[in-house]
Amino acid sequence: MNIHEYQAKQILARFGAAVPKGRFATTPDEAAAAFTALGQPKAVVKAQIHAGGRGKAGGVKLLTTASDVRDFAAKLLGKPLVTHQTGPEGRMVRRVYVEEASDVARELYLGMLVDRKAGAISVIASTEGGMDIEEVAAKTPEKILTEAINPLVGMAGYQARKIAFALGLKDKQVGQFATILGSLYRAFNETDASLIEINPLVVTADGRVICLDAKMSFDDNGLFRHPDIRELRDPNEEDPAETEAAKFDLSYVHLDGNIGCMVNGAGLAMATMDIVKLYGAEPANFLDVGGGANTEKVAAAFHLLLADKRVKGVLINIFGGIMRCDVLAQGVVEAARQVKLNVPLVVRMEGTNVVEGKKILADSGIKAVTASDMADAARRIVKEIGA
Amino acid sequence: MSILVDKNTRVLTQGITGATGQLHTRACKEYGTKMVGGVVPGKGGTDFEGIPIFDTVEQARKSTGCNATVIYVPPAFAADAMLEAAAAGIELIICITEGVPILDMIKVKAYLAGTKSRLIGPNCPGIITPGECKIGIMPGYIHKPGDVGVVSRSGTLTYEAVYQLTQLGIGQTTCIGIGGDPIVGTTHIDALKLFNEDPKTHAVIMIGEIGGTAEEEAAEYIKQYFKKPVVAFIAGQTAPKGRRMGHAGAIISGGRGTAADKIAALKAAGITVAMSPADLGSTMKSVLEGKR
Repeated sequence: MNIHEYQAKQILARFGAAVPKGRFATTPDEAAAAFTALGQPKAVVKAQIHAGGRGKAGGVKLLTTASDVRDFAAKLLGKPLVTHQTGPEGRMVRRVYVEEASDVARELYLGMLVDRKAGAISVIASTEGGMDIEEVAAKTPEKILTEAINPLVGMAGYQARKIAFALGLKDKQVGQFATILGSLYRAFNETDASLIEINPLVVTADGRVICLDAKMSFDDNGLFRHPDIRELRDPNEEDPAETEAAKFDLSYVHLDGNIGCMVNGAGLAMATMDIVKLYGAEPANFLDVGGGANTEKVAAAFHLLLADKRVKGVLINIFGGIMRCDVLAQGVVEAARQVKLNVPLVVRMEGTNVVEGKKILADSGIKAVTASDMADAARRIVKEIGA
Repeated sequence: MSILVDKNTRVLTQGITGATGQLHTRACKEYGTKMVGGVVPGKGGTDFEGIPIFDTVEQARKSTGCNATVIYVPPAFAADAMLEAAAAGIELIICITEGVPILDMIKVKAYLAGTKSRLIGPNCPGIITPGECKIGIMPGYIHKPGDVGVVSRSGTLTYEAVYQLTQLGIGQTTCIGIGGDPIVGTTHIDALKLFNEDPKTHAVIMIGEIGGTAEEEAAEYIKQYFKKPVVAFIAGQTAPKGRRMGHAGAIISGGRGTAADKIAALKAAGITVAMSPADLGSTMKSVLEGKR
């Protein structure tokens, strides 16, 4: 789960990290009031969307009067902002953040993430702040510093100093940096974060180290112990079909093709998408109904697939383990009766209770093509839609 | 021969009275696995269909001499269950539970590194040595004893591979589902090392997917040390970047972990890569025939 910049800054501040003072606003008048309340000669107004590249896209501006803040907020709010991360349709701006301006002397990069290879949380740091860090990593990997933190020991003082010196920090900045790093590590652990990114971390003209931008993502599997973090979810930033799928505990990802896929198990679901492509068509989605799916869940999945108007055909691929083929068949039959099935349907079933499942489908009167194996299923659905 | 589990493996179920624990303990027992005990805190002294239940893993270990345990407890309690099993000295811990917080796994993995326990999973189907011992949720009947090892990050895609092998008359030594999470106890390389040492295993099917670099590391290991033919498949060739594909670990992030990168690394290491998931069995068949 992702959250907005201002929310991430509020969390990090709670853990003791230095962030600029700011207030969020949902209307131009609120934004102007936030400027006045900050009581500073200058402020930065930043569009709040779950995507990077806001500055270059015109979503961030340094302003000096309340009326300019109001005008700029009016320009942003209620309109989509297109950045290199949003896609051409952009993301609707519903909130802006009004923040005290900082006099920046140096821009650094500081990140913290789950390092799969190290089996630890790792700190990623670079002197190349304010840039696309993936680009820095690709072009100048020597400018990226990685430090894994032993989970049983925690962040050691020497590690913080080592990174601080590598970033060229000196004097009091080293201590300030170590405090920020410690705050980030505690925040990471205590909120079940999966990523914290401070890009840029800045040194101000008067020598202070502060988090000028902040991005936080969380491990969905850890959210059950953080009701406060769960409340920060912004449904406006999520695909409605994926939100709907989550209600039924279905794992769904929207794609651009026209063959709807329903599969049990994530690996098999990906493999099914792949084989559709191998036979010359494009999958419309990833959909894993899970291991213990019941009739209701299968029916919900089927509704979800058919709600996508681009879907020209549906491919169901189930390898029954825990999930029984007869349960699947029943769900498909029920759903197909509720919604008028007007696209071709190919079903491939194997595994537990496959004979019963095939019989339920055959007896139902639903127009479904039965496939003998995965290749046969892909071949048939592609042929049915005439791709 | 086989790896990790055989007819002498004595298995404990942690969470034996939950719906999943009951269903699969029963199925594994029917398959012939020696299910010797269960653990449910507070239910010690009772039994599940004749299998004695204990309050702690330590008590169960002392009473039953179990050397493997399978965990079906909910995600919030899974890390504790793994730690308890390791502290009791259980040699093989298999965690089926899906949805374990990743920071829990980081701590568990670090703790286990200092013990003699091996962890398989979490978020995995388990391990099976066909005809001898099944620990986990895979359908037993699709397997057949033989000489091909299977290691995979997926559940149902593994069943698919095994089914194709069995249909072609190719049996398996041991099949391990290592799990779809970003941090797992046993990696592809760990499993390959075991298969390398097993004289009965003549070839291996390795199934990977997008996310992380475990397959690239395995490719490097195979190139340098592995003595047997390997057939590989990578799921997610059509997966978009930055989107999690069901498994917590199946995500292309920062441009890394794409299927294309993994396939290139595997091919560069001389590994036969099946491009279609429908060709797993037939590719292994031709590799075995070519070898003979």
